[in-house]
Amino acid sequence: MCRVVDLRQAVLAKNTLAARVLRDELNARGTTVVNLLSSPGSGKTALLERELRLARERGVAAAALTADLATENDAVRLARSGVPVKQVLTDGLCHLEADLLAGHLHGWLPEDTRLLFVENVGNLVCPASYDLGESLRVVLASVTEGEDKPLKYPTAFGLAQLVLVTKSDLAGPAEFDETAFRAHVQQVNPGVEVVLSSVRTGAGAGVLVDRALAAAEGHRVHAPVMARAEA
Amino acid sequence: MHEMSVALSVVDQVERAAQARGVPGVRQVRLEIGELAGVVPDALGFCFGLACAGTVLEGAELTTRSVPGRASCAPCGRTWDTGMPPDMVCAGCGAGATELLAGRELRITEVHWADRPGPTAHPRAPHPEEL
Repeated sequence: MCRVVDLRQAVLAKNTLAARVLRDELNARGTTVVNLLSSPGSGKTALLERELRLARERGVAAAALTADLATENDAVRLARSGVPVKQVLTDGLCHLEADLLAGHLHGWLPEDTRLLFVENVGNLVCPASYDLGESLRVVLASVTEGEDKPLKYPTAFGLAQLVLVTKSDLAGPAEFDETAFRAHVQQVNPGVEVVLSSVRTGAGAGVLVDRALAAAEGHRVHAPVMARAEA
Repeated sequence: MHEMSVALSVVDQVERAAQARGVPGVRQVRLEIGELAGVVPDALGFCFGLACAGTVLEGAELTTRSVPGRASCAPCGRTWDTGMPPDMVCAGCGAGATELLAGRELRITEVHWADRPGPTAHPRAPHPEEL
């Protein structure tokens, strides 16, 4: 005899619930989370360091948590901005999960934090599947990675609420086709904003802080069509 | 690769369901995986076998059903298969899709219980280095 039950459970339900609880808790105390995703080497840390400095200059209480498989190098770089920074070592885990993040925030995150930037593990596959309780999900790609990156990683780009193209000063030498990149982004995520940025030239300076503050103030954030069908 | 995390979540949920019902074993677990869920069924199958070891699911079979991405456009009423990479723009009117009807599924659909534990189900003996 073999009994069958119709279980109908979302596999990531536990993470989704933990993310919802974390979002509610943080929002209640006035903290908005920004989740940054990209492949390794796209320039997440350099861009974030610039944005953290700008936030500090503008008097916005920001903090950053950065996740890597190993080394504290990124935390050292981000700490130069003068805002509270925490390094999380995932010991090989390729992504952050909501309960893991909540555990790291407990007892560390300053009470008055307005914007918390989470630099996810450099990976465009796994982190895409895990809601961290963020109010803004940002996906970055550098001009050297090719125009078809959004098509190769459609889940990551499809769920983005803001797309940043980094290292735009190298667009010429890298023969980056901006029109094609934008078209590929729109194919998987119609309506999402794409902004070019370069830490070297200052292009796009403040975009991350501006969009994060807008989300914190309750302005409408892009709702990707792919996110409107979470099972 | 996050398929191991996904496999552990599946095993955890089925284990809880088995305990709640007092059943001794699991014969089969069925999943639906949307093509836009970002999960590779073969990799998940490999991880599932490892994740089941020493649990009530030991020896259980995993079967997966792939769900194609499907989108709709409210202004012109069109629905289409998104394909992979997905095309979320309506070919009829050029607007962005209004809704993704299917393709993001990652869920347990059915569990087939067994009357007996699997062939080798027992708590995992600790490795000597763990003692």
